[in-house]
Amino acid sequence: MASIPYAIRMEGVKKEYRLGAIGGRTLQADLQSWWAQKRGREDPNRRIGQRALSGDAFYALDGIDLTVQPGERLGIIGPNGAGKSTLLKLLCRITAPTEGNIDIYGRVASMLEVGTGFHGELTGRENIYMNGAILGMTRAEIDRRMEEIIDFSEVREFIDTPVKRYSSGMYVKLAFSVAAHLTSEIMIMDEVLAVGDMAFQRKCLDRMRLAADEEGRTVLYVSHNMSTIRRLCDRCIVLQKGKIIFDGPPEKAIAAYMDSGMGQGTVDMDLSALPRPNVTLSAAPRMTHLTLPGKDTPTYAPGEPLQLALTVDAPVSAPGVSVRLTLRSGEDTGLATAWSPPRDLPPGTSTLRLTLPLDTVAKGEFYVSLGLYQADELGRPRMLDHLTRACRIDCQGLPTWGVSAHGYFHLPPLAWLCP
Amino acid sequence: MQHTHISAHHNLLDLRLGEVWQYRELIWLFTRRSFAVSYKQTVLGPAWLVINPLLTSLVYVVLFGNIARLGTDGVPQLLFYLAGHAVWSYFSACVSSNASTFTGNARLFGKVYFPRLVVPISSVLGAVLRFAIQLLPALILLVYYVAVGRVRPCWALWPLLPLLLAALGVMGMSVGIIISSLTTKYRDLQVLVSFGLSLWMYATPVVYPLSTVSGPLRTLLLWNPVTAPSELLRRCLLGVGGVPGWSLVWSGCFTLAAAIIGIMIFNKVERTFMDTV
Repeated sequence: MASIPYAIRMEGVKKEYRLGAIGGRTLQADLQSWWAQKRGREDPNRRIGQRALSGDAFYALDGIDLTVQPGERLGIIGPNGAGKSTLLKLLCRITAPTEGNIDIYGRVASMLEVGTGFHGELTGRENIYMNGAILGMTRAEIDRRMEEIIDFSEVREFIDTPVKRYSSGMYVKLAFSVAAHLTSEIMIMDEVLAVGDMAFQRKCLDRMRLAADEEGRTVLYVSHNMSTIRRLCDRCIVLQKGKIIFDGPPEKAIAAYMDSGMGQGTVDMDLSALPRPNVTLSAAPRMTHLTLPGKDTPTYAPGEPLQLALTVDAPVSAPGVSVRLTLRSGEDTGLATAWSPPRDLPPGTSTLRLTLPLDTVAKGEFYVSLGLYQADELGRPRMLDHLTRACRIDCQGLPTWGVSAHGYFHLPPLAWLCP
Repeated sequence: MQHTHISAHHNLLDLRLGEVWQYRELIWLFTRRSFAVSYKQTVLGPAWLVINPLLTSLVYVVLFGNIARLGTDGVPQLLFYLAGHAVWSYFSACVSSNASTFTGNARLFGKVYFPRLVVPISSVLGAVLRFAIQLLPALILLVYYVAVGRVRPCWALWPLLPLLLAALGVMGMSVGIIISSLTTKYRDLQVLVSFGLSLWMYATPVVYPLSTVSGPLRTLLLWNPVTAPSELLRRCLLGVGGVPGWSLVWSGCFTLAAAIIGIMIFNKVERTFMDTV
C-alpha cells in the first residue's frame, strides 16, 4: 500500500449539465431546429424569450481538486444541489466529466443504491451472484464470502426463494449484505443507510468502520446526518455550488458548514414519490412536501418542540381534515399517536404548520408517520393520505436516560401515596 | 493494484476489451438470467424455443408453400422454412435485443459502473444459444432428408458456417447498438424497430428463395446486406441458393462500417447517456 501515493486524485474536474436540453426530444424536432439554423432562420422549437439552448449550461461541479489518501474516511457534506452526488457519480464512472482528469488506484465499490441488478424471478442466492458480478466481484470471490453474506443478511431461511416473495425489508437487507462484503479498496456511499430498520443500519455502519479500520479501505461517505459523519469519518469536505469550500477535520467542517449560513436552511423533503397505501381516494388531498423549519438536521435537543411545515395539494376543497402523527421505533413499531384538530383545506396548494412538544419523548431515533384523515358519515376517521416513513427524527433526550430507564417515553412522576 | 484513469477526452475507437474480459463472468450471468427469467413460471419452459419455430414454420408451409405457392428450390418445404426462420430470428434477435440496451438498462447503468459493452455481448451470446436450440428440429429433419437423398448440403462450405454466423451477429449487434444509442436522445426509433424488422424480413429471402426473384427487384434484394449471408447459409445447409460475389463483398463492407460506426457511437453515448435518458 505504501508505494501508492494516493487512492483518488481529481484535477480540475468540471461537470456541465445543460438546462432545457435534457430529456427526450424527438428526431423531428431536432431536424427542424437544425434545418432552421442552416437557413439562418429562428429555431421554431425555441420558446419565446428563451435564450439559445447552448447558452443554458451550469456546472454541477466547477473545478474540483481533491486527493484522498489510502485508508482515509472522507465525509462529504453540503446543501442540496451542491454537487455531492455528481461527485460520487463521476468516481463511480456512471457519467463522465466534462473537463479534467481523475485517477483512481484500487477497485471502487459504489453503493449509490443497493440491490442493483436484482431480479424478482431469481432466488436470493442467484441474486447474490448476479449482484456481486455487477459490482465487479469474481465468482470465486463471491463463493468465498457466500456464507458470510447470507449470515449478515439475516434471511438464511429464504435464500433459495425468488426475491419477489421477499418483504421489502428482507430485500434491502440481502442487497446491502452483498454490497457490504465487496472486496474493493474504495467504498463509496450516498446515504445508503436511509434504508432498512435502524438496528440493521447500525450494523452496517459498524461493518463499514471495520472495513476502514482493519482492512485499510478508503471510504467516501455523503450524508446529511452529521452524527454519522462524526462517527465514521476522519476528514470531511464541504461542497457548495460545485466547489470545495472547506477541507479538514469533520468537527471543523461541520462547524464551517453550520456557520456559513447553509446550515441555517431547513430539512426539506419531497414526499410526492414516497410509497403510499393504494386505498387513497382520487380527489383526496395529498401531502407533497415536508420541511422542518429552522432545522438543518432533524436532531432535537431536550425541550425543543417538533415543528413541521407540510405542503398539501388538494384537487377540491376538503372540509374537516385532521393530521395524524405517529412516532415509530426503528423496528417500525407504532409507539404513540397525536391528532390535530380538524381544519378545512381550500382547493389548491396550502401549507399546514404544526408543532408537537417532544418533552416526554426519550432519547432515540424515531420515524414520523403522517396521515391526513377526514371524519366519515359515522364520525370515524377515514384515511385520505398516509406516509409510514415521512421523515426521521433524532431526539437527544436527557443524558440520564438509558442508564437506569426503559422505554421510549417519560411517564409522569411517580408520586408517594402517603407523603 | 488496479489503476483507473478517467478523462474528459477519450478515444472513440478504444473498446477497452481487457476490461470486458475482466467482467466475462457477468456476460455469462446476464445471458443465463435472460434465459432463466423468460421461462420461469411457464409450464413448457425452454420447450417454447422449439415449439415456436415449428409452429411458425408450419404456418409458412400453409401460407407461402401451399396458398401462395412460392417455390423452395426443390427443398422440402418444412425444412426450408425451419432453416430460414432460425437464421432470420437469430439476426432479428441480435438487432432487437440490442436496440434497447441503453433505455432498457437505464436504472442499472445509473447506479453502478461496469463495461457497458457487456450487455450487447451477452445479448448476442443469448441469441446464438437460442439459434442453436432452434436449429435442432431443422437439423433432425436435415439428417433424415440427407439419409433419404432428397437434400444434398454443400459440405465444402461448412467451415464457413461460424464465420457467416459471426458476420450476421456482428451486423445485427451493430445495427441494434446504433439504434439504441440514438434512442437515448430520440425515442422515435424505438417504435420503428419491431415494425422495421418485420418489413426487413420480407425484403430478405427468408420465406422464398432468391432464385424465384428476377429483374430490378432481384438487384434490390442483393443490396440488402442480410441477403448474402442468409443465402450462403442456405447453400451450406441445404445445398441451394447463392449470390453474386459483389453482393457478398457489399454485405461485408456494410457489416464492417456498421460495426465501426456502432462502436464509435456506443463509446460516445456510454459516457454521458445518464444525463440525457
